[in-house]
Amino acid sequence: MRSPAPNGRRAFLGSLAGSAAALLLAPRSAGAQQPPITRAVPSTGEALPVVGLGSWITFNVGEDRTARDECADVMRVFFEAGGRMIDSSPMYGSSQQVIGYGLRKLGMPAPLFSADKVWIASGSRGAAQIEESRTHWSVPRFDLLQVHNLLSWQDHLPLLFAMKAAGRLRYVGITTSEGRRHADIEAIMRAHPLDFVQVTYNAVDRDVEARILPLARERGIAVIVNRPFRQGALISATRSAKLPSFAADVGCASWAALLLKFAVSHPAVTCAIPATTSVAHAQENMGVARGPLPDEPMRQRIATLFAKL
Amino acid sequence: MSEWWTYRIASFVLFSPRTYLRLCEIYNDAIWPLQIVTLAAGIALVLAAWVGRPSSARAIPLALAALWLFVAWAFHYRRYATINWAAQYFAVAFVAQALLLAWSGVAGRIRFGGVAAWRQRAAVCVVAAALFGVPLLERLAGRGWSQLEAFGTAPDPTAIGTLGILLLTRDPSPWPLLTIPLAWCAVNGAFQWTLGLADALALPLIALVALALRVASALRQPLRPSAR
Repeated sequence: MRSPAPNGRRAFLGSLAGSAAALLLAPRSAGAQQPPITRAVPSTGEALPVVGLGSWITFNVGEDRTARDECADVMRVFFEAGGRMIDSSPMYGSSQQVIGYGLRKLGMPAPLFSADKVWIASGSRGAAQIEESRTHWSVPRFDLLQVHNLLSWQDHLPLLFAMKAAGRLRYVGITTSEGRRHADIEAIMRAHPLDFVQVTYNAVDRDVEARILPLARERGIAVIVNRPFRQGALISATRSAKLPSFAADVGCASWAALLLKFAVSHPAVTCAIPATTSVAHAQENMGVARGPLPDEPMRQRIATLFAKL
Repeated sequence: MSEWWTYRIASFVLFSPRTYLRLCEIYNDAIWPLQIVTLAAGIALVLAAWVGRPSSARAIPLALAALWLFVAWAFHYRRYATINWAAQYFAVAFVAQALLLAWSGVAGRIRFGGVAAWRQRAAVCVVAAALFGVPLLERLAGRGWSQLEAFGTAPDPTAIGTLGILLLTRDPSPWPLLTIPLAWCAVNGAFQWTLGLADALALPLIALVALALRVASALRQPLRPSAR
């Protein structure tokens, strides 16, 4: 069993240290930028910027050199803006290879926080899959490995904890998406000393607010948010809608920014991982990690707005 | 996979339409001008099936087998599998179809020619849809010339063309040879629909027409014991 979430001082110091590190590590071109907002990983206090980079669909471009270079450009902008966490999975086609291509092209940026998954039905083949993923990324070890959608989690979790104990992994987590198996997620969060849990959360998909997010705070588990735009569907839904005037109060000039601010402003959320192939969108996403975040009344207004769309 | 029933087809669409079309473009560039050769082969195959000489019974299935084998290796395994892990299973299915066709040819399981005129005309229409209709629809849907899929090198027109050519078999119901092409049209049609490609419905619709024609011919011409 793990201890409860760290107190506010520890979290604050972690955030402070993380922001300082991000400042030191950020390239000169981003030197004038305000450092991104960070949240502490409860199990260590390590600070992570609240916006990361997902790779579902967007980075699965195969061997298309032009598209690979475009993905590398997205990664470059992400790191220049102070980003750290990139998330992928063996399920995502060639995304891991494309991330590896981008990292090598960018000279393996030091701020990288590598988050990947194990996704294989056979428990005995988990270690081999992880090693293959590591080779694709070209990293010496992963920062975080998660059991993807709880597939064969009974076999994979012990492996991940053993890797962590041996110093071959820093953090262990589990994932789900689109509301699958929340009861199982909750049970595993209660029974195992997880560092991270990854769930779907946005202004419409809010099931996790009831039990999983409070439980994560109680248990000291960092939360990664996937599908903050519901794979673009929520942005499409706003196409003919006028951006509310209160969006300017939190520095948002677009619906996408407002949606992302909603996701990362929940106090239990550590980091959201929007995916994009667009450099402009990557810049916009990282802009969300700066400036004020919505307070609870504004969060409710955003959720109400999207419920009507 | 645990709780596999909670997944939708969209859960397995791993890439964007742009990525898929770029893959077609890069593939076509790499094999050009093979598409001209396979297109000519398609015309020759349907003509040979129409005429129905005894030698066609071996040559046509073997030629089709070669095309299915090529698509399995060059498209599914070498290219498509780089963005879709399911493509390795598609490659296996295409190899299985190639083996079925080759076995039918070597064993003399099917004969061509001597079919009703309406079936000849219908078969030519289906093959024409594979050779020219599918690329035309793709072009109308907004694909670039280099992104079009060709009979004998890409799976969709190859599957439809095979269904059309097999409409010219004297035996009314070569169902084992139809199963994989029909299944491919259904699966990939659903996949392309989910992907949002404008021409997604063409594949399953043409396959449905071919299936209806096949059923109609089976009903009109009951299987005879002396078919061989």
